[in-house]
Parts: sequence; structure tokens; C-alpha cells
Amino acid sequence: MVHVLAASSHATNQGFPLLTALIVLPFIGAVVALLVPVRRPELIRVVGYITTAATFGFAVYLLADFNTAQHGFQHYQLVERHRWMGEFGVQWFLGVDGISLFMVALNALLFPLGLLASSKVEQPKSFIVWMLLLEGAVMGVFLALDLIVFFIFFEFVLVPMYFIIAGWGYDNRRYAAMKFFLYTMAGSAFLLVGILSVAFLYQRAGHALTFDSTVLVPWASAHGSLAVITSKWLFLAFAVGFAVKIPLFPFHTWLPDAHTQAPTAGSVVLAGVMLKMGTYGFLRFSVPMFPQAAVDLAPVLLVLAVIGITYGAIVAAMQPDLKRLIAYSSIAHLGFVVLGTFALTTQGISGGLFTMLSHGLTTGALFLLVGMLSDRRHTREIAAFGGLWKSIPVFAGLFIATAFASIGLPGFSGFVGEFLALLGAFLTSRWYAVVATTGVILAAVYLLWAVQRAFTGEPEGENVGLPDLSLRELATVVPLLALSLFLGFHPRPVLDRVDPASRDLIAHVEQTTKYRQPAVANNGPKVAATVGGK
Amino acid sequence: MIAQVVTPIHTPPIDWFAIAPEIALFAAAVAIVLTRALARRSKRVFEASLVVAAAGIVTSGAFTYVQWHLVRRDGPYQAIAGMVAVDGFSVFIRTVVLISLSLALLISVAYLQRERFEAAEYIALMMLSATGMMVMASANDLVVVFLALEILSMALYVLSAFDRRRAESQEAGLKYFLLGSFSSAVFLYGVALIYGATGTTSLVGIARFLSTTTLLDNGVLLVGMALLLVGLGFKVAAAPFHMWTPDVYQGAPTPVTAFMAAATKAAAFGAILRVFVGTFPLYRVDWRPALFGLAVLSLAVGTIAAVVQSDVKRMLAYSSISHAGYVLIGVQAATSRGTSAALFYLFVYALMIVGAFAIVSVVARRGDQNHSLDDYRGLARREPILAGLLTLFLLAQAGVPLTGGFVAKLGVFAAAVAAGQYALALIGTLAAVISAFVYLRIVLAMYAPADEAAEETRAPLRIDVASGVALFVAAAGVIALGVLPGLVLDFARDATLLLAK
Repeated sequence: MVHVLAASSHATNQGFPLLTALIVLPFIGAVVALLVPVRRPELIRVVGYITTAATFGFAVYLLADFNTAQHGFQHYQLVERHRWMGEFGVQWFLGVDGISLFMVALNALLFPLGLLASSKVEQPKSFIVWMLLLEGAVMGVFLALDLIVFFIFFEFVLVPMYFIIAGWGYDNRRYAAMKFFLYTMAGSAFLLVGILSVAFLYQRAGHALTFDSTVLVPWASAHGSLAVITSKWLFLAFAVGFAVKIPLFPFHTWLPDAHTQAPTAGSVVLAGVMLKMGTYGFLRFSVPMFPQAAVDLAPVLLVLAVIGITYGAIVAAMQPDLKRLIAYSSIAHLGFVVLGTFALTTQGISGGLFTMLSHGLTTGALFLLVGMLSDRRHTREIAAFGGLWKSIPVFAGLFIATAFASIGLPGFSGFVGEFLALLGAFLTSRWYAVVATTGVILAAVYLLWAVQRAFTGEPEGENVGLPDLSLRELATVVPLLALSLFLGFHPRPVLDRVDPASRDLIAHVEQTTKYRQPAVANNGPKVAATVGGK
Repeated sequence: MIAQVVTPIHTPPIDWFAIAPEIALFAAAVAIVLTRALARRSKRVFEASLVVAAAGIVTSGAFTYVQWHLVRRDGPYQAIAGMVAVDGFSVFIRTVVLISLSLALLISVAYLQRERFEAAEYIALMMLSATGMMVMASANDLVVVFLALEILSMALYVLSAFDRRRAESQEAGLKYFLLGSFSSAVFLYGVALIYGATGTTSLVGIARFLSTTTLLDNGVLLVGMALLLVGLGFKVAAAPFHMWTPDVYQGAPTPVTAFMAAATKAAAFGAILRVFVGTFPLYRVDWRPALFGLAVLSLAVGTIAAVVQSDVKRMLAYSSISHAGYVLIGVQAATSRGTSAALFYLFVYALMIVGAFAIVSVVARRGDQNHSLDDYRGLARREPILAGLLTLFLLAQAGVPLTGGFVAKLGVFAAAVAAGQYALALIGTLAAVISAFVYLRIVLAMYAPADEAAEETRAPLRIDVASGVALFVAAAGVIALGVLPGLVLDFARDATLLLAK
């Protein structure tokens, strides 16, 4: 139906440049904050709050303005396109579809909460400047449709995150920051060469040089444009870049360090949106551009995903440090996303996308809560806690609820996403799904065990007489938990926007390869409806 | 009667306009030296020579601009019996040299005043060296290339040893002189061999000869090309001809190092591009592997050796070797895309490196001694603006997006990929990761807490107006070239196409 070529299909946005505003607004806020003198921290905070709140407002408007009926493969909404960097053929080309929509919204939501959670941070000026730069750059990653613009933001994200970890992290922050930077930059090295190769192969085929993904994707995926082996190499080059970011199993070692050492807001953003840049990259570029390679190499990624799910969960269970535990649990959760994606079924991809959103909500909330606990107790050792249920009941209640949400208890968003991902995987890759299901059980093991050790029993020593959550702290966590609960009972609003995108993606893969997803998977909406109806 | 056999010597008509930018700089330098000689006692000689230098640079820049305008309208041409080319390429390199010269002079003012060297000779020498670089940019004959090489080097040898009180500076000057003369000799030998093989030293003549004649035995030509590459490779600090770089960069007065790194590289790469890409395109098969090897080696040596350094000037010296490697990636692609990418890289590099050394010079304090990583510890706490700017220049050198350094690296990698050299592009991108480690070490040191007790005794660092202007220009340029590089990218592209043939 929709295999339309490029620009003609999507209506160019002539009105207010909403997507540019989403990217540029935080950058402007950063510049304004930079100009405020250091001795006026309250003013800088105000700039931070106003900017992130305004960005959130724009994102809400985007959600409302998004037209659910309008979809199709590579059919983007609110498209903006301008020439940039003359000679190179790079364009300021932005657009949004069901794949990126909720990542943008999640990003806009997590930043104001992150700032609110770090209101006592030292040197607020540079912190807020880096946070705002980070927000703008992450927006850019999810909205860019030009491969070079995508790469620019994908890579630029490292800089503010590096400084946030190195400047405001815990004891071993310098090591963690350096490791984070070098690992991801090394991954991006492959990605960059991959991007350049696709563009120049396109040029060599007699076209004008461009990095426009709506041109390169149909070309590269069309039969006969690229040799099979070439597209496999290119797929791998892209995959390394994205796998480091996710992080997929053998590339994951930077993550526990970065997460554990990062300050609370840093961890929230890192887990909430930055890890998803990798899975997003797979869905936006790798799979559509090299569908045959994706089909052929899917088993490799599925194996890595399943290893990530089980290994992440087992290692998480062994962690003495609560924050490190959550960090490893992220590896497991992101494993579900990759599992769903490379199951190459409608449900799998929808489930992956849903998990991306859900994981941002629940893990974001968990990191916020751990940060609050560590503010009170100045340690994150699970063994040091005990009986918190009695000393800080509100905190304990919220933590346990969030833990259940993260485990994927029915009624929370985690369930919908992981269920769909497993369902999708079961249709095409049965045994992977079976093994991955153990990950769900293991998630219960590591989180409940930690909850048991930290919250039950009688409080002793320093655990007695802790102050319970303040209003500000409640204001950061409750929205995330409430959203997770809401989406657990009523996933329709998300699935209605995500499902068409996954169907279009699978349709594209089916059109360009001999791969066919099982007929039962074509009933995607029905399955979604059954889940949603509950 | 003896027949009159002496034929009259044909003196070519001199197109003064073609060499006007060089003349302006040279005249300013001579005027400074004369003023110094005549008004020995006056204390205002230093200020006066700065004014003369500024006038010389502005005049030279104006002539360069007019040349650019004419070249674009009427096309490139050769002048003075084909010795000099007036084309977009020379205009581009001249622009880079002039920018580097202006910025280096601006940061020199504070240095000279601080060290009580207020010497007009210093300024004159820098102008003379820049004159040599500008000649090199437009040299269209191997003999002129050699002349330019000597003009620029002689002045630099003296400048490197200018800090008479520091043994390192003396050592740097002597080392640079000895190795530099040796490399000049090698270059000259290469010129002789090329002349032997082709019967001319004119670049256009050589290209014409090679396109019409098939050499049955081209050994002499190839050895000549190799020797030219050694001589020029030495000047751009490409491995394995880099041995002098760390010592000389470390020992020379910091503003001189900045000038050397930015301008010499630009001029010498200008010569490499004109000689290899412009003159020997038919022998591409032979010289491309050599340049490929130089590029890989420079990247490896420059990045890996920088990791173990603890002296910031030495780190930047090694990183300058690796930057030579990146430019070589563009050069060895032997395409117009590669050439314009190399030109753009040189433009950005000049801004990044002068900016970085400007801060190094300030942090060094009186005596130009404090270059160890420990001297940068806690800089962010004491001097947030300085630390922020140095962070910007270092991140730009690492190739972080939204800085000019990214666009520059993107350009050379794109050129390599367009030429089908995926492996080289990958080596380059991975080398960038290692060098990021080096730059981040400096950044981390700056943002680390300082030894407060030791800091109490030190006076706060001061940035004078001139250095401030230089830093502002460099920083604004680095960001502007990262966000809106179109103007300079187009300049580089046009400069490549408008090559005198």
C-alpha cells in the first residue's frame, strides 16, 4: 500500500515549526542559563524549570496534534526540511511518527522531573546548562530524519552526559564517565562509517548525494540496490553503534558503572531515554534500511537479547548496591525490546516500543527513589537497609509499587509491553520467547528479594527516624507511577499510535524480502484490543 | 672576430599583483626591522611594530580578497613565468595563514609583555615566516616551493629558540634547525631528481610532460616524489617524520608553537596538495599507498603516544601529529572532495589549535613553565571561563558534533568512504576515540578539585584584551563552523575547483 517515494508522501509543515522548537528551546534555555550570573542560583533554576516545562508543553501539544489516522511506512508528520551544511547535502530534516512520538514525550516528561529531583545539587548553573543541552540533543536524536543530523545529536548527547556523570556523580565518577564516553564513541565510529557508506553507495549508483533517510531507506532496502553481503556489513556497522548504546550483551559493561556513578537525574535520563536511542536506531534505520540483513541476522540479535535478559536479571540479583541492581535490570528490560524488535512481528515491535516507554517511566521512578534513599542514608548498600517499611512508610509503599511496575505485574505498563514482546517473539522465535520468559520470573526474584531485605523487619540503627518523602519528592515520582498504572489499565492511547507504525514497518520488511510474518500476527490490532480492553 | 653568442636573458614580466599579499607582509616585516634598528632607544618601538604588523596583515588580506574576487570572475592564472599560481587554492591557504598569524600575534602580545621580551624582532620574524608560507601557498614551481620552505623555516628556527632563558627553547631551536635543514636538503634532492626525470621544475610543466610522455623507466621520478614527500611530511609533522615535533612544540615559546602548528601545517599541506594531487595525478597509484601509510602511521603514533604524556604541550604536539593523519586521509583520497575536505580541516584546525595554545600560554604563567597536567587541576573552579573555552577547543579537536572539528572530520572520512576506503575511515574514526581519551584527560584534570593550599599562594590568572579577542574569535569560529559551516565549506570547494592548470 504505502511504499511511496520520499518527500511527496508527507505533508511539509508550513505552520509553526513545532519539532524545531522542541529541539531548539532547551538549547536556548541553556544559553540563557549560561548568561545568568553564578550567584543567582534561584534564577538559573527558574530558567531550567520554565524551559523544561515549556518543552513539555510543546510535547503535550505534539501528542494532541498527532494524527492517528495518518500513517504509512515512512510517513512522517509535522515535517520540516531545510538545507544545512551546503556542500554535504545534509538537511535539517525533522518529522515524527508512531515510533518516535512517545520517546519525544517521555524525554520532555523526564527532564522537568529530573531537575525537580536535583534541586539541591551543587553548582546548579553548570548542572542545569548541561541538562538543558542534553534534553535538546536527545530531542534531536528522536526527531532527525537526516542520517547526519541524527548522528550529530546521537554523538553530541555524550558531552553533556559525560559532564553530568563526571561532575555530579558518586565516588568513582571520573572513571565511569570516561568509560561511558569512550565506549559509546567507539560504537558510533562504526555507525558513522556505515552512514557514510550508505550515502556514497547511493551516490555511486548515480544519484545526488543525500543523507535523507526517506530517500536512502527505500533505495537501500529495494532488491538489487546493494549486494547482500554489503548490506549485511552495513547492518552490522549500524548494529554495533546501536548495540553499545542499548547496551546489548557483550557491549554492556559501561552501563553499570555509568548508572551507578551518575547523579540521580543523570541516571533517570540515561535509563529513561538515552538507552532507547539504540533500540530506536534499530527500528528507525537498521531494520527498514537493511531488511534482508535484519531477517538473516535476527537470530544473532535474538540470542544476544535473550542472554541480556537472563544474564542481566541474574547479575542484578547478586548486586549488593541497589542502584547497580537497577542498572543491570535495565539490561534485561532492553533485552525485551530487542527481542520484540527482531521477532519481526507486529506484536513484537509494538511490545518493544511499549516497553521502551514503560521502562522509562518505571526505571526512571526507581532511580529517583534510590536517589532519595541515598540522600537520607548516604549509602546504597541493600544490606545497610532494613525495616524501612516502618520508618518511612510512604517511601516504602511507593518503592514497592514501582518495583511491581518494573517487574511487569499486570495492571502496570511493564506487563503490557513485555507481554506483547513475548507474544510477538513466540510467534516466530518460540524458544527464544520461552527462555526470555524466565527473565520475567527472575525480575521478580531480584526486585522482591531486594525489597524484602530493605523494607521488611524492624528498623535498626540509622534506619530509624528517617524523614519521609517531602512534597517535592512526591511530585517527582507520583506522575511516573501514575502514568505507568494508567497505561497498564488503558494502553489504548499508546497502542493506537504505536501499532500502525509497527504494522507499516513489518509490511515494508515483507515487501522487500521473502520474509512473511505468521498470518496470526497480522491480527495485530485485535490482540492489542484484547490487551487494551482489560 | 668573435661572434656575439650571448643571448639576452629574458626577464619575465613581473605581475606584482600576483604576489601583492606576500609583498605587503614582507614590507611590514622589513619596516619593523628598520624601525627597530633606527629607533633603538624608544620604548614605543614595540607598540609601533604591532601597528605596522596589523597594517601589513590587513593590506595582505585585502589583496588576497581582491585576488579571490578576480579568480572567481576571470578564472585562475599563472604569473611570473609560471612560478606563481593565482588561484582559489592559494587564496584559501593564504587566508588560513593570515588568520593563524593574526591570532598568534594577538596571543604573543601578552606573552612578550609577561616575559619582558617586548622585541620587535619577534613580530618581524613571525611576519617573515608567514610570508614564506604565503609564497608556498601560491608556489607553482618546485624551486619556489623550496624557497618558500626555507623562508618560513629560517624564521621559525629563530622563533623556536627565542626564549633565551629556557634551555628547552634553545634545544628546540637547535633541534628544529638541524632536522629541518636535513629535511630541506632531502626535499632539494627530490627536486633535482624530478628535474632529471622530467626536464622541468615547473609544476604545470611536469604535469604536462607526464601526461604526454610515458616514462619507460620511472625509478628516478618515483624516488624524487618520495623525497619530496619526506621533506614536506617533515613540515606537516606526519609520522614517521615527526620525531622533532614533541620536543620543538614543547620547547618553543607557546605562541610560537601555536603559530607553527596552525600555519606551517596549512602551508605545507598546501604544497603537498598542489604537488601530489595537482601535479602527479597520473602517478596516483604510486603515491596514494605512501600517503595512506603516512596517514595510518600518523594517526597511530599521534593518538597512542599522546595517551602516556603528562605535559599538556606535549599532548597537543602528539595530537597535532594525529591531525596531520586526518588531513592526510583527505589528501590521499586524491579527489576534489578529499582536497576540499583537507582544506576545510586545515581551516578549522588553525582555530582549534591556536585557541587551545592561547589558554596554555595563559596558564603557563611567567616563565612559560607550568604545562604539566597538575597545573590544570582545579582550573574550572578558579577560572571557569578559561576552562570552558579550553574544553571547547579540546572537544572540537576530538571531533564532537556541533563544533567545527566534527564537520572537518566528517569531511575527510566522507572523502575516504567516497573513494571506497572503508577501512581507512574506520581507522580514522577509531583513532578519534583514542584521542578523545587524551583530550578528556585534560578536561577531567581541569574539573578535578585542586590542591587548595598550593593555589592560595598563586596570583589569579589574567587574560589581557588581545588574548581575549583571539580566544573569542577562535571560539566563535569553532562553534560557527560546527553549526553553520556552509560558507567555509563552499569556500573550500570553490578553492579546490579553481586550481591553476
